[in-house]
Amino acid sequence: MSSYKIIDHEYDVVVLGAGGSGLRAAVGLSEAGLKTACITKVFPTRSHTSAAQGGISAALGNMGEDDWRWHMYDTVKGADWLGDQDAIEYLCKEAPRAVIELERYGVPFSRTEDGKIYQRPFGGMTKNYGNETVQRTCAVADRTGHAILHTLYGQALKHNTEFFIEYFALDLIMKNGECKGVIAWNLMDGTIHRFRSHITIVATGGYGKVYYTATSAHTCTGDGNAMVLRAGLPLQDMEFVQFHPTGIYGVGCLISEGVRGEGGFLVNSKGERFMERYAPNAKDLASRDVVSRSIAIEINEGRGVGKEKDHVYLHMDHLDPKVIDKRLPGISEVAKTFANVDVTKQPIPVVPTVHYNMGGVPTNYKAEVLTLNGTEKTVPGLMAIGEAACVSVHGANRLGSNSLIDLVVFGRAAAKRAAELIKPGMTHEEVAQSETDKCLDRFEKMRNANGGTRTSKLRLSMQKTMQSKCAVFRTEKTLKEGVNEIRKSLEGMNDLSVQDKSLVFNTDLVETLEFDNLISQALTTMDSAYHRKESRGAHAREDYTKRDDKNFMKHTLAWQDGDKVTIKYRDVHARTLTNDVQYFPPKERVY
Amino acid sequence: MVQFNLPQNSKIVEGKYYKDKTNSSNLKKVNVYRWDPSDDNNPRIDTFEVDMDKCGPKVLDILFKIKNEIDSTLTFRRSCAHGVCGSCAMNVDGVNTLSCIKSHTDIKGELNIYPLPHLKVIKDLIGDLSGLYKQYESIQPWLKTTQTGQEKQELLQSPNDRSKLDGYYECILCACCSTSCPSYWWNGDKYLGPAVLLQAYRWINDSRDEEKKERLKKVADELKLYRCHTIMNCTNSCPKGLNPAKAIGSIKKMLATS
Repeated sequence: MSSYKIIDHEYDVVVLGAGGSGLRAAVGLSEAGLKTACITKVFPTRSHTSAAQGGISAALGNMGEDDWRWHMYDTVKGADWLGDQDAIEYLCKEAPRAVIELERYGVPFSRTEDGKIYQRPFGGMTKNYGNETVQRTCAVADRTGHAILHTLYGQALKHNTEFFIEYFALDLIMKNGECKGVIAWNLMDGTIHRFRSHITIVATGGYGKVYYTATSAHTCTGDGNAMVLRAGLPLQDMEFVQFHPTGIYGVGCLISEGVRGEGGFLVNSKGERFMERYAPNAKDLASRDVVSRSIAIEINEGRGVGKEKDHVYLHMDHLDPKVIDKRLPGISEVAKTFANVDVTKQPIPVVPTVHYNMGGVPTNYKAEVLTLNGTEKTVPGLMAIGEAACVSVHGANRLGSNSLIDLVVFGRAAAKRAAELIKPGMTHEEVAQSETDKCLDRFEKMRNANGGTRTSKLRLSMQKTMQSKCAVFRTEKTLKEGVNEIRKSLEGMNDLSVQDKSLVFNTDLVETLEFDNLISQALTTMDSAYHRKESRGAHAREDYTKRDDKNFMKHTLAWQDGDKVTIKYRDVHARTLTNDVQYFPPKERVY
Repeated sequence: MVQFNLPQNSKIVEGKYYKDKTNSSNLKKVNVYRWDPSDDNNPRIDTFEVDMDKCGPKVLDILFKIKNEIDSTLTFRRSCAHGVCGSCAMNVDGVNTLSCIKSHTDIKGELNIYPLPHLKVIKDLIGDLSGLYKQYESIQPWLKTTQTGQEKQELLQSPNDRSKLDGYYECILCACCSTSCPSYWWNGDKYLGPAVLLQAYRWINDSRDEEKKERLKKVADELKLYRCHTIMNCTNSCPKGLNPAKAIGSIKKMLATS
């Protein structure tokens, strides 16, 4: 056992992560008078919420009639009926209030002529239960996430939230199946910190970096998800990985769905607007899984563009330059920087790119973490929100602009629930030293790893495996190969090499700990995908092309211990929260 | 005449030379500032020969290549890698910029990479920005309005009023501007610097905010504001193409005319 200096802290609540959901939760907790710590491995405004472009959905009805029930229907359908409808009702009903709140916090929304929040069309967002396109996505030009993140950080400052910035969280402290806090490493000075808390909220975001090409930041390593796995708890619906239809070819930078919302469209090598064939009504504004699959089919059938015929074009050169300037200025900038394209004259080369994890830590609509112990049970002391969580409101496929609203609605819900569950200043229970020892043993082992394989090499092999075996289309064969191959990257950890042995800002060690986090999620993703023998939302099997409600209208739960992944299932909630709306029974999903 | 010397421990020495092992014929020499707080050694410049045939187009790609394939101890901040998070701000070829959007093909000959100037170095390319963050906090970056409790509707703002925030709300706090400002180098503890003043102006200029006067009064200070001598390094260095100098000029003008 090592002799690290440990600094102890006591808080009512600890929030892990300072992106949109973590900050919104922290604001609510501070308002409720709870002593709150927000721990984050990057300065809050560096969080990946900043990269969200197109907007945040809410049935405000500023640009024509709208109803939160229509939003709910679209979300249920977008999710391919895998979402829990009680949670989706909560999300869509709370959405307008949450957006108004953001505006009052100071978010500089784009405006309509009469001074209201501007809303644009987005994929899968419709009027009157699937009939025609609606303008529901509230936008700050094409920098909505950036504006929301900076505004929420300002609110957190206003409420004197205590931040622990550039602290890397290592593990949850568990006792008899309850969460009692978290252990973190301060990168700035190398000290170890033990936070006791009555409630710990995981808001650590997605794990897009298990793939080789993703719109995700390098910091999107799902650290919280992995901590939950190490605590012996399951992750849910990990097989559902969203490929965004329009990542810049070869680079992976996101090109907002807002481009298609403002009138942009996709073409193949024949110059054909192929989406008209796949989604006759919604066309380029079908949901993301549908558009990504359509692009993949076009490429597979030889109608891709470029030397390798392996991507397609996104046109916005027909749009009024004034519209581009006003509504999509960031896109022009990104396209110029990364594709050397002048969007007013040329199309952008794009390809489906890993973008979002529908799966994550299972929770109910109050953000309380769930596990399965005979029946569905909550885990005392533990909550999860944002992309890290699987509430599940996005089910098998998330609609564009539903992630930002998810952050603030459930960030607020978590704070509200925490304030119901605990009172400020309650005393903390004793926790055995063994939890700290276990965590620091792992830390020490990684830090002193003296093998012959670089972390970067293992990471690359994992990413290549995920990219080739768990892609837009999947088969028994590719998944079986993936299940075996991904374990080789895990085995590689026995020969790991960490060169930097220091404690201050040791990013060699950070990347190694992150890889350890990523690989457990890669395993659960691959195994969950292998076991789901149907096609639903983002999980498209070429050998099981239909949705199978009889056998698979259920959430996958995956536990991981070394190379062993245990799969179980839990029923999808076939109920709404209130009588304000009726349950939407499954039906065929066409756009 | 007074002689000025750098303190002994801040003299930069020649560091290690990492020779290419790939036999590439397309090499670039990359000189990187290194400093490790865990030993007593002076900062040094390490030189890496990097194979450009197998390297992405941006400066950050070079750093990734070095970290992944040559020396994993090289330390720098990075996150989104497409110019929106502001993590990877550093001094490249003498100019502060985001390494993820800076093409290395623009730079002929050897490439020099340093941390942002005039910050306390924590390790290698990582500078201490906590002072700047404190100053950001001091301008109270949140909307001040008495119209609360009526959460049913948004505060109205005309498109024209909203457009007054363009060019300011986009700031990503990367600190390229402030750390390029000689005035901020001298008086960084008191002068707010271009990044924070631009942020201050963003709120002063928001038609929904009801404390414009108080905000102006708060920055109207010999040191906080008037240390700007329109050197314009800030505007030259901003990787997002914003104009902090103009924001500062606008604040001064508002104060002069109010």
